[in-house]
Amino acid sequence: MAEITFPIGPIHPALKEPERFMITVEGETVVNADIRIGHIHRGIEKLVESRTYIQNLYLTERICGICSFTHTTNFCQATEDILGIAPPPRGLYLRTIVNELERIHSHLLWVGVAGHEMGFDTLFMYSWDDREVVQDILELMTGNRVNYAYNTIGGVRRDLNQSVSDKLLKGMDFLETRMKAYVDIGLNETTILKRTQGIGILKQPEARKYSAVGPRLRACGIAYDVRKADPHAAYGEIPFDVITAETSDVHGQYVVRALETIESIKMVRYMVKNLPAGDIRVKAPRKVPPGEAISRTEAPRGEDIHYLRSNGTDKPDRLRVRTPTMANILNVAHTLKGAQIADVPMIVAGIDPCMGCMDRVLIIDNDKETSNMVDMEELRKYAIEWYKEAPNR
Amino acid sequence: MARPGYMIPELLGRLGKKPVTVLYPYEKLPTAPGLRGKIKFHTDKCIGCGMCARDCPSGACVMVEFKGEGRKKSPEFNLDRCTFCEQCAESCPKDAIELTGEYELAHFKKNELIIR
Repeated sequence: MAEITFPIGPIHPALKEPERFMITVEGETVVNADIRIGHIHRGIEKLVESRTYIQNLYLTERICGICSFTHTTNFCQATEDILGIAPPPRGLYLRTIVNELERIHSHLLWVGVAGHEMGFDTLFMYSWDDREVVQDILELMTGNRVNYAYNTIGGVRRDLNQSVSDKLLKGMDFLETRMKAYVDIGLNETTILKRTQGIGILKQPEARKYSAVGPRLRACGIAYDVRKADPHAAYGEIPFDVITAETSDVHGQYVVRALETIESIKMVRYMVKNLPAGDIRVKAPRKVPPGEAISRTEAPRGEDIHYLRSNGTDKPDRLRVRTPTMANILNVAHTLKGAQIADVPMIVAGIDPCMGCMDRVLIIDNDKETSNMVDMEELRKYAIEWYKEAPNR
Repeated sequence: MARPGYMIPELLGRLGKKPVTVLYPYEKLPTAPGLRGKIKFHTDKCIGCGMCARDCPSGACVMVEFKGEGRKKSPEFNLDRCTFCEQCAESCPKDAIELTGEYELAHFKKNELIIR
């Protein structure tokens, strides 16, 4: 492969790990894919060291815009672990409710994004419309739609009152019927089946080798979920099933995510009905004694890990974050090999990349020894056109 | 049964409904009661302890000289830097800070976004 210099694209400041894919093709088939990450290193881990634990709550929340709550949960859990304090049961339940609401909104968002990538914008519009229901519930419960600022060290910051929980249950009923419709559409609509079935196949041994996480792993038939494997918050007390699919392709991920959302809706309903009474938080000291802790949570995209080391002051010594996309990006390079160019957006969107910004894709034609740069939008258009030409491809 | 156009009945069902989007400046969606919006500062309750400025994660709240009676310093809230996390209101021992539901914060002058 010839050495090629290319401009680093416009950087999207809202995303944690932007990526660039260098794709080598032979005709329409991808023979090699090279992924580079880290163009927008924001230095959050270093910044954490110069801020107090309370300020860091709001900083860790901004690691990711979609799964913001899972990062604060992790940070709070790690800090609570070192401090040796445990939030009261009601606080843990409320924390778990918001975690599940976040999963619902994130999976609905993915259904929309996947629909958009396959040129099925109707699905995109409808699923994002339904997502507003859960966003409104989150706003009502926490005070904001995206950066909830709901978690605090030692519990949560707002209580759930009767009127909000009524609205929550009503919203869950509506969303359950809608989600069942999306499962139905996903299994029967030919547009979805043709663009997702048999695409981006990751076999079980490879999934283990590349340490895939979250719905990507569960779509390969491996029933691994941090909520079951290492129950945090109130997950140990809530009945739920781990959803898996055997197909190992993008369609399997669609099914896993859609069924998981229904499972989350049931969990939220169970938790609201069985919410323990009492305090929502315990007072936490400002200074944290020396120690270290690891916290794991199941973010909507997969396993999210925080490692925290404290040094006895009110500021952490070190924080290390392993986001789910970081783990999943490894298997994308593998699954892209042998795929068609038109399927690249679908495979990449399949893992639900947190950064969502495949800023630049470079297509290098081995025969012609030329290269041209296309952005995500052009590639999406190309993919839709390519399938339009011959629908039975 | 897999077939194309499986979603068409749903599309037809939506034909009679009005659009989901609203014409924003003329028509506004209701906001949630607990929305964290523009900060309201009760200067008579403040004792100038500086807890709000100490906990502010974004540097929006800073302590400045206070010209009036009763205390030496007073917080100043720069809403252009504020992330509306409500930590200052939580840290305040005298409940002098409160977050209102006001969310339309576009102004022509920067000075209008500083609350004293």
